[in-house]
Amino acid sequence: MNPRICFVIAGAFAVLLPLMAQKGPDPKASPARTAHVQPAHDDEGAQGQRVFKQNCARCHDAPQGFPPQISGTVLRHMRVRANLSASDEKALLHFMNP
Amino acid sequence: MLAGATLLASVYAVPAQDVPLISGGAGFVTSTKGGNTTYIPVISPLLAAPVGSHILVESRATILDSFFPKGGGQPGYTHDLFMGLDYLQADITANRHMTLVAGQFLTPFGTYNERLTPIWISNFVDAPLIFGLGTMGTAHSVGGMLRGSAASTQSFNLDYAAYFSAASTNEQFNAERSAGGRASLYVPAAKLEVGASFNRLLQGTRENFSGIHLWWEPADSSFRLRSEFARAAHARGYWIEAGYRLDRFGGDHSVWSRFEPLFRMQQTFRSEQDANDTLPSADTKQADFGLDFHLPHEFRINTSYSREFSSSGNRNIWQTGLTYRFLIPTWRGK
Repeated sequence: MNPRICFVIAGAFAVLLPLMAQKGPDPKASPARTAHVQPAHDDEGAQGQRVFKQNCARCHDAPQGFPPQISGTVLRHMRVRANLSASDEKALLHFMNP
Repeated sequence: MLAGATLLASVYAVPAQDVPLISGGAGFVTSTKGGNTTYIPVISPLLAAPVGSHILVESRATILDSFFPKGGGQPGYTHDLFMGLDYLQADITANRHMTLVAGQFLTPFGTYNERLTPIWISNFVDAPLIFGLGTMGTAHSVGGMLRGSAASTQSFNLDYAAYFSAASTNEQFNAERSAGGRASLYVPAAKLEVGASFNRLLQGTRENFSGIHLWWEPADSSFRLRSEFARAAHARGYWIEAGYRLDRFGGDHSVWSRFEPLFRMQQTFRSEQDANDTLPSADTKQADFGLDFHLPHEFRINTSYSREFSSSGNRNIWQTGLTYRFLIPTWRGK
Protein backbone atom coordinates (compact mmCIF):
# COMPACT_ATOMS: atom_id res chain seq x y z
CA MET A 1 0.00 0.00 0.00
CA ASN A 2 1.22 3.47 -0.88
CA PRO A 3 2.24 5.42 2.24
CA ARG A 4 0.24 8.45 1.09
CA ILE A 5 -2.96 6.39 0.82
CA CYS A 6 -2.31 4.96 4.25
CA PHE A 7 -1.99 8.38 5.81
CA VAL A 8 -5.10 9.68 4.01
CA ILE A 9 -7.08 6.79 5.49
CA ALA A 10 -5.53 7.46 8.87
CA GLY A 11 -6.40 11.14 8.69
CA ALA A 12 -9.98 10.41 7.67
CA PHE A 13 -10.30 7.99 10.56
CA ALA A 14 -8.97 10.56 13.02
CA VAL A 15 -11.38 13.24 11.76
CA LEU A 16 -14.48 11.06 11.54
CA LEU A 17 -14.17 9.31 14.86
CA PRO A 18 -14.77 12.35 17.07
CA LEU A 19 -17.80 13.25 14.94
CA MET A 20 -19.21 9.77 15.42
CA ALA A 21 -18.45 9.96 19.09
CA GLN A 22 -21.11 12.47 20.16
CA LYS A 23 -23.56 11.72 22.95
CA GLY A 24 -23.19 8.00 23.28
CA PRO A 25 -23.16 6.03 26.53
CA ASP A 26 -19.80 4.66 27.53
CA PRO A 27 -20.08 0.87 27.75
CA LYS A 28 -16.63 0.58 29.27
CA ALA A 29 -17.78 2.60 32.23
CA SER A 30 -21.22 1.08 32.52
CA PRO A 31 -21.49 -0.47 35.97
CA ALA A 32 -24.66 -2.26 34.95
CA ARG A 33 -22.48 -4.71 33.05
CA THR A 34 -21.16 -6.18 36.29
CA ALA A 35 -22.93 -8.19 38.90
CA HIS A 36 -21.27 -6.46 41.81
CA VAL A 37 -20.67 -2.97 40.49
CA GLN A 38 -24.18 -1.58 40.49
CA PRO A 39 -25.46 1.89 39.50
CA ALA A 40 -25.16 4.31 42.38
CA HIS A 41 -28.24 5.46 44.28
CA ASP A 42 -26.68 7.79 46.85
CA ASP A 43 -24.10 10.57 46.92
CA GLU A 44 -21.24 8.38 48.08
CA GLY A 45 -22.16 5.75 45.53
CA ALA A 46 -22.29 8.38 42.79
CA GLN A 47 -18.83 9.54 43.77
CA GLY A 48 -17.62 5.94 43.65
CA GLN A 49 -19.17 5.55 40.22
CA ARG A 50 -17.28 8.65 39.08
CA VAL A 51 -14.04 7.28 40.51
CA PHE A 52 -14.64 3.99 38.75
CA LYS A 53 -15.15 5.69 35.38
CA GLN A 54 -12.15 7.98 35.79
CA ASN A 55 -9.65 5.45 37.07
CA CYS A 56 -10.64 1.90 36.14
CA ALA A 57 -12.76 2.16 33.00
CA ARG A 58 -10.31 4.39 31.17
CA CYS A 59 -8.03 1.37 30.68
CA HIS A 60 -10.27 -1.68 30.65
CA ASP A 61 -13.80 -3.05 30.61
CA ALA A 62 -15.48 -3.52 33.94
CA PRO A 63 -15.42 -7.14 35.08
CA GLN A 64 -18.75 -8.84 34.44
CA GLY A 65 -18.84 -9.88 38.05
CA PHE A 66 -16.68 -10.98 40.94
CA PRO A 67 -17.33 -12.37 44.42
CA PRO A 68 -17.68 -9.68 47.11
CA GLN A 69 -14.97 -11.26 49.28
CA ILE A 70 -12.28 -10.03 46.87
CA SER A 71 -13.60 -6.50 46.38
CA GLY A 72 -11.18 -5.13 48.97
CA THR A 73 -8.24 -6.88 47.32
CA VAL A 74 -9.25 -5.57 43.89
CA LEU A 75 -9.43 -2.11 45.38
CA ARG A 76 -6.02 -2.34 47.03
CA HIS A 77 -4.52 -3.42 43.71
CA MET A 78 -6.18 -0.49 41.93
CA ARG A 79 -5.10 1.92 44.67
CA VAL A 80 -1.50 1.29 43.65
CA ARG A 81 -1.96 0.83 39.92
CA ALA A 82 -4.18 3.90 39.44
CA ASN A 83 -2.68 6.00 42.26
CA LEU A 84 -6.06 6.44 43.93
CA SER A 85 -6.41 9.02 46.67
CA ALA A 86 -7.66 7.89 50.07
CA SER A 87 -11.10 9.45 49.52
CA ASP A 88 -11.40 7.90 46.05
CA GLU A 89 -10.48 4.51 47.49
CA LYS A 90 -13.19 4.81 50.11
CA ALA A 91 -15.81 5.91 47.59
CA LEU A 92 -14.91 3.10 45.22
CA LEU A 93 -15.21 0.49 47.96
CA HIS A 94 -18.67 1.81 48.82
CA PHE A 95 -19.58 1.72 45.13
CA MET A 96 -18.52 -1.93 44.82
CA ASN A 97 -20.17 -2.87 48.12
CA PRO A 98 -23.18 -0.54 48.57
CA MET B 1 7.82 -19.05 47.38
CA LEU B 2 7.35 -15.55 48.73
CA ALA B 3 3.87 -15.41 47.32
CA GLY B 4 3.04 -18.78 48.85
CA ALA B 5 4.36 -17.75 52.23
CA THR B 6 2.41 -14.55 52.01
CA LEU B 7 -0.74 -16.44 51.19
CA LEU B 8 -0.29 -18.66 54.23
CA ALA B 9 0.42 -15.68 56.44
CA SER B 10 -2.61 -13.83 55.24
CA VAL B 11 -4.92 -16.70 56.14
CA TYR B 12 -4.85 -15.54 59.71
CA ALA B 13 -6.61 -12.19 59.77
CA VAL B 14 -8.04 -11.05 56.49
CA PRO B 15 -11.05 -8.77 56.53
CA ALA B 16 -14.13 -10.14 54.80
CA GLN B 17 -13.40 -8.32 51.53
CA ASP B 18 -9.66 -8.91 51.43
CA VAL B 19 -9.41 -12.53 50.33
CA PRO B 20 -6.36 -13.13 48.08
CA LEU B 21 -7.26 -13.34 44.43
CA ILE B 22 -5.96 -14.80 41.21
CA SER B 23 -6.59 -12.76 38.10
CA GLY B 24 -5.06 -12.28 34.68
CA GLY B 25 -5.56 -13.37 31.13
CA ALA B 26 -5.09 -16.34 28.85
CA GLY B 27 -5.11 -16.29 25.12
CA PHE B 28 -4.02 -17.49 21.74
CA VAL B 29 -2.30 -15.09 19.35
CA THR B 30 -1.27 -15.33 15.72
CA SER B 31 1.09 -12.88 14.09
CA THR B 32 2.00 -12.87 10.40
CA LYS B 33 4.92 -10.61 9.54
CA GLY B 34 6.37 -10.54 6.06
CA GLY B 35 4.61 -13.81 5.25
CA ASN B 36 5.83 -15.78 8.28
CA THR B 37 3.20 -16.73 10.83
CA THR B 38 3.90 -17.25 14.52
CA TYR B 39 1.38 -18.97 16.81
CA ILE B 40 1.54 -18.06 20.50
CA PRO B 41 -0.52 -19.61 23.30
CA VAL B 42 -0.05 -17.42 26.37
CA ILE B 43 -1.22 -17.20 29.98
CA SER B 44 -0.47 -14.33 32.33
CA PRO B 45 -1.70 -14.96 35.88
CA LEU B 46 -1.68 -12.34 38.61
CA LEU B 47 -1.75 -13.06 42.33
CA ALA B 48 -2.73 -10.36 44.83
CA ALA B 49 -2.59 -11.19 48.53
CA PRO B 50 -3.22 -8.64 51.29
CA VAL B 51 -1.15 -9.02 54.44
CA GLY B 52 -2.83 -7.16 57.26
CA SER B 53 -4.37 -3.79 56.52
CA HIS B 54 -1.34 -1.96 55.09
CA ILE B 55 0.50 -4.43 52.86
CA LEU B 56 -0.45 -6.00 49.57
CA VAL B 57 1.84 -8.53 47.89
CA GLU B 58 1.21 -8.92 44.19
CA SER B 59 2.89 -10.70 41.35
CA ARG B 60 2.29 -11.27 37.66
CA ALA B 61 3.96 -13.82 35.43
CA THR B 62 3.90 -14.50 31.71
CA ILE B 63 4.15 -17.97 30.23
CA LEU B 64 4.08 -18.32 26.46
CA ASP B 65 5.22 -20.69 23.77
CA SER B 66 6.03 -19.28 20.32
CA PHE B 67 5.67 -21.65 17.36
CA PHE B 68 7.39 -20.17 14.30
CA PRO B 69 8.81 -21.37 10.93
CA LYS B 70 12.30 -22.89 11.17
CA GLY B 71 13.64 -20.64 8.42
CA GLY B 72 16.75 -21.16 6.32
CA GLY B 73 14.73 -23.09 3.78
CA GLN B 74 13.86 -25.83 6.26
CA PRO B 75 10.25 -27.01 6.38
CA GLY B 76 8.17 -27.15 9.52
CA TYR B 77 8.00 -25.20 12.76
CA THR B 78 10.07 -24.91 15.89
CA HIS B 79 9.10 -23.35 19.20
CA ASP B 80 10.49 -21.22 21.99
CA LEU B 81 9.07 -21.46 25.52
CA PHE B 82 9.25 -18.37 27.72
CA MET B 83 8.41 -18.12 31.41
CA GLY B 84 9.09 -14.95 33.34
CA LEU B 85 7.98 -12.81 36.23
CA ASP B 86 6.66 -9.42 35.17
CA TYR B 87 6.71 -8.20 38.74
CA LEU B 88 6.75 -9.38 42.34
CA GLN B 89 6.22 -6.49 44.71
CA ALA B 90 5.05 -5.54 48.16
CA ASP B 91 2.84 -2.44 48.30
CA ILE B 92 3.08 -0.81 51.71
CA THR B 93 0.59 1.95 52.46
CA ALA B 94 2.58 4.74 54.11
CA ASN B 95 -0.14 7.37 54.33
CA ARG B 96 -3.10 8.67 52.35
CA HIS B 97 -0.80 10.20 49.71
CA MET B 98 1.97 7.64 49.49
CA THR B 99 2.55 3.94 48.90
CA LEU B 100 6.00 2.37 49.16
CA VAL B 101 6.57 -0.35 46.60
CA ALA B 102 9.46 -2.74 47.17
CA GLY B 103 10.69 -5.65 45.10
CA GLN B 104 10.48 -6.08 41.35
CA PHE B 105 8.00 -3.67 39.78
CA LEU B 106 7.04 -2.38 36.35
CA THR B 107 9.22 0.62 35.50
CA PRO B 108 7.09 3.77 35.62
CA PHE B 109 7.63 5.50 32.29
CA GLY B 110 4.78 6.72 30.12
CA THR B 111 1.53 4.81 30.38
CA TYR B 112 1.83 1.65 28.33
CA ASN B 113 4.03 -0.41 30.62
CA GLU B 114 1.97 -0.09 33.79
CA ARG B 115 -1.54 0.20 32.35
CA LEU B 116 -1.78 -1.57 29.02
CA THR B 117 0.58 -4.56 29.04
CA PRO B 118 -1.93 -7.12 30.41
CA ILE B 119 -3.01 -9.21 27.44
CA TRP B 120 -6.70 -8.76 28.29
CA ILE B 121 -6.33 -4.94 28.25
CA SER B 122 -4.07 -4.13 25.30
CA ASN B 123 -5.96 -3.38 22.10
CA PHE B 124 -3.21 -4.50 19.75
CA VAL B 125 -1.18 -7.70 19.98
CA ASP B 126 2.14 -5.86 19.68
CA ALA B 127 3.34 -3.17 22.06
CA PRO B 128 4.18 0.22 20.53
CA LEU B 129 7.51 0.44 18.72
CA ILE B 130 8.89 2.89 21.31
CA PHE B 131 8.09 0.59 24.22
CA GLY B 132 11.83 -0.01 24.77
CA LEU B 133 12.57 3.68 25.37
CA GLY B 134 12.61 4.53 29.07
CA THR B 135 11.62 1.07 30.29
CA MET B 136 15.26 0.02 30.61
CA GLY B 137 15.20 -3.07 28.44
CA THR B 138 13.42 -5.46 30.75
CA ALA B 139 10.44 -3.15 31.49
CA HIS B 140 10.83 -3.89 35.18
CA SER B 141 13.06 -2.59 37.94
CA VAL B 142 14.35 -4.08 41.18
CA GLY B 143 14.42 -1.72 44.13
CA GLY B 144 11.96 0.72 45.62
CA MET B 145 9.32 3.14 44.43
CA LEU B 146 7.20 5.83 46.04
CA ARG B 147 3.89 6.57 44.39
CA GLY B 148 0.44 7.91 45.06
CA SER B 149 -1.95 10.78 44.63
CA ALA B 150 -0.25 14.06 45.56
CA ALA B 151 -3.45 16.08 45.42
CA SER B 152 -6.99 15.20 44.48
CA THR B 153 -10.07 17.41 44.23
CA GLN B 154 -13.26 17.39 42.16
CA SER B 155 -11.38 19.49 39.57
CA PHE B 156 -8.12 17.62 39.18
CA ASN B 157 -5.95 14.74 40.31
CA LEU B 158 -2.17 14.96 40.44
CA ASP B 159 -0.34 11.66 40.84
CA TYR B 160 3.30 10.69 40.90
CA ALA B 161 5.74 7.77 40.92
CA ALA B 162 9.46 7.97 41.73
CA TYR B 163 11.78 4.96 41.79
CA PHE B 164 15.31 3.69 42.13
CA SER B 165 16.46 0.39 40.70
CA ALA B 166 19.62 -1.55 41.44
CA ALA B 167 21.44 -3.53 38.77
CA SER B 168 20.56 -7.22 38.84
CA THR B 169 21.63 -10.03 36.57
CA ASN B 170 19.42 -12.70 38.14
CA GLU B 171 17.47 -14.45 35.40
CA GLN B 172 14.03 -13.69 36.88
CA PHE B 173 14.93 -10.37 38.50
CA ASN B 174 17.01 -8.88 35.74
CA ALA B 175 17.21 -5.08 35.92
CA GLU B 176 19.45 -2.14 35.14
CA ARG B 177 20.63 0.45 37.62
CA SER B 178 18.38 3.43 36.99
CA ALA B 179 16.23 6.07 38.63
CA GLY B 180 13.38 8.31 37.57
CA GLY B 181 9.69 8.89 37.77
CA ARG B 182 6.48 10.16 36.27
CA ALA B 183 3.89 12.78 37.12
CA SER B 184 0.39 13.02 35.66
CA LEU B 185 -2.39 15.55 35.87
CA TYR B 186 -5.96 14.42 35.21
CA VAL B 187 -8.80 16.89 34.70
CA PRO B 188 -12.12 15.06 35.09
CA ALA B 189 -14.27 17.79 33.51
CA ALA B 190 -12.32 17.54 30.27
CA LYS B 191 -11.52 13.84 30.72
CA LEU B 192 -8.00 14.82 29.85
CA GLU B 193 -4.76 13.48 31.27
CA VAL B 194 -1.30 14.86 30.55
CA GLY B 195 1.90 13.63 32.09
CA ALA B 196 5.65 13.60 31.85
CA SER B 197 8.27 10.95 32.57
CA PHE B 198 12.00 11.08 33.11
CA ASN B 199 14.28 8.11 33.71
CA ARG B 200 18.08 8.00 33.83
CA LEU B 201 20.14 4.91 33.18
CA LEU B 202 22.88 4.87 35.82
CA GLN B 203 25.17 2.34 34.23
CA GLY B 204 26.89 1.89 30.87
CA THR B 205 25.99 4.80 28.59
CA ARG B 206 24.22 6.68 31.45
CA GLU B 207 21.54 7.85 29.08
CA ASN B 208 18.54 10.06 29.88
CA PHE B 209 15.04 9.13 28.72
CA SER B 210 12.17 11.60 28.73
CA GLY B 211 8.61 11.35 27.59
CA ILE B 212 5.17 12.91 27.64
CA HIS B 213 1.75 11.33 27.38
CA LEU B 214 -1.75 12.55 26.67
CA TRP B 215 -5.01 10.66 27.09
CA TRP B 216 -8.37 12.17 26.19
CA GLU B 217 -11.97 10.99 26.15
CA PRO B 218 -14.49 13.58 24.96
CA ALA B 219 -17.43 13.97 27.34
CA ASP B 220 -20.47 11.78 26.63
CA SER B 221 -18.77 9.78 23.96
CA SER B 222 -17.12 6.44 23.41
CA PHE B 223 -14.19 7.93 21.58
CA ARG B 224 -10.82 7.46 23.23
CA LEU B 225 -7.42 8.87 22.38
CA ARG B 226 -4.13 7.73 23.89
CA SER B 227 -0.68 8.91 22.94
CA GLU B 228 2.92 8.90 24.05
CA PHE B 229 6.13 10.52 22.90
CA ALA B 230 9.53 9.35 24.17
CA ARG B 231 13.06 10.37 23.42
CA ALA B 232 16.62 9.40 24.28
CA ALA B 233 19.99 10.46 22.94
CA HIS B 234 20.02 7.64 20.40
CA ALA B 235 16.37 7.46 19.32
CA ARG B 236 12.93 8.97 19.67
CA GLY B 237 9.38 8.21 18.61
CA TYR B 238 5.67 8.41 19.29
CA TRP B 239 2.42 6.49 19.08
CA ILE B 240 -1.15 7.75 18.90
CA GLU B 241 -4.07 5.37 19.36
CA ALA B 242 -7.71 6.18 18.72
CA GLY B 243 -10.64 3.89 19.41
CA TYR B 244 -14.40 4.05 19.36
CA ARG B 245 -16.94 1.60 20.80
CA LEU B 246 -19.91 1.34 18.44
CA ASP B 247 -22.55 1.65 21.15
CA ARG B 248 -24.25 4.52 19.29
CA PHE B 249 -25.62 1.88 16.95
CA GLY B 250 -28.29 0.08 18.97
CA GLY B 251 -27.30 0.86 22.56
CA ASP B 252 -24.79 -0.69 24.88
CA HIS B 253 -26.42 -4.14 24.83
CA SER B 254 -26.45 -4.54 21.07
CA VAL B 255 -24.06 -6.63 19.05
CA TRP B 256 -22.66 -3.44 17.51
CA SER B 257 -21.66 -2.12 20.91
CA ARG B 258 -19.21 -4.98 21.23
CA PHE B 259 -17.18 -3.81 18.22
CA GLU B 260 -14.34 -1.36 18.67
CA PRO B 261 -12.52 -0.08 15.57
CA LEU B 262 -9.05 1.18 16.36
CA PHE B 263 -6.29 3.06 14.70
CA ARG B 264 -2.72 3.52 15.88
CA MET B 265 -0.06 5.59 14.17
CA GLN B 266 3.54 5.24 15.26
CA GLN B 267 6.89 6.47 14.13
CA THR B 268 10.47 5.99 15.30
CA PHE B 269 13.64 7.92 14.50
CA ARG B 270 17.06 6.53 15.24
CA SER B 271 20.27 8.54 15.37
CA GLU B 272 22.53 5.64 16.37
CA GLN B 273 22.24 1.90 16.89
CA ASP B 274 21.60 0.44 20.33
CA ALA B 275 21.46 -3.31 20.78
CA ASN B 276 19.58 -2.99 24.07
CA ASP B 277 16.44 -1.21 22.90
CA THR B 278 13.70 -2.90 20.92
CA LEU B 279 13.21 -0.16 18.34
CA PRO B 280 13.55 -0.93 14.63
CA SER B 281 17.10 -0.57 13.36
CA ALA B 282 16.03 2.07 10.80
CA ASP B 283 13.56 4.98 10.88
CA THR B 284 10.10 3.46 10.70
CA LYS B 285 6.49 4.53 10.20
CA GLN B 286 3.71 2.12 11.01
CA ALA B 287 -0.05 2.43 10.64
CA ASP B 288 -2.13 -0.12 12.61
CA PHE B 289 -5.80 -0.69 11.77
CA GLY B 290 -7.57 -2.78 14.38
CA LEU B 291 -10.99 -4.19 15.11
CA ASP B 292 -11.70 -5.64 18.55
CA PHE B 293 -14.81 -7.62 19.44
CA HIS B 294 -15.72 -7.71 23.13
CA LEU B 295 -17.49 -11.02 23.64
CA PRO B 296 -19.60 -11.94 26.68
CA HIS B 297 -18.08 -13.85 29.58
CA GLU B 298 -14.79 -11.90 29.56
CA PHE B 299 -13.66 -13.09 26.13
CA ARG B 300 -12.29 -10.73 23.51
CA ILE B 301 -11.10 -11.03 19.92
CA ASN B 302 -8.42 -8.62 18.67
CA THR B 303 -7.65 -8.30 14.99
CA SER B 304 -5.35 -5.89 13.22
CA TYR B 305 -3.65 -5.12 9.95
CA SER B 306 -0.51 -3.01 9.97
CA ARG B 307 1.61 -1.56 7.23
CA GLU B 308 5.20 -0.82 8.17
CA PHE B 309 7.27 1.61 6.11
CA SER B 310 11.01 1.51 6.66
CA SER B 311 14.18 2.20 4.70
CA SER B 312 15.08 -1.43 5.39
CA GLY B 313 11.88 -2.56 3.62
CA ASN B 314 8.11 -2.29 3.81
CA ARG B 315 5.96 -5.13 5.08
CA ASN B 316 2.44 -6.14 6.06
CA ILE B 317 1.61 -7.38 9.55
CA TRP B 318 -1.57 -9.33 10.26
CA GLN B 319 -2.39 -10.21 13.86
CA THR B 320 -5.26 -11.88 15.69
CA GLY B 321 -5.79 -12.75 19.31
CA LEU B 322 -8.42 -14.46 21.42
CA THR B 323 -8.10 -13.55 25.09
CA TYR B 324 -9.97 -14.53 28.22
CA ARG B 325 -9.84 -12.61 31.47
CA PHE B 326 -10.25 -14.42 34.79
CA LEU B 327 -10.76 -13.07 38.29
CA ILE B 328 -11.30 -15.54 41.12
CA PRO B 329 -10.80 -15.68 44.89
CA THR B 330 -8.28 -18.16 46.27
CA TRP B 331 -10.87 -19.37 48.75
CA ARG B 332 -14.44 -18.60 49.74
CA GLY B 333 -13.60 -16.45 52.75
CA LYS B 334 -15.88 -15.76 55.68
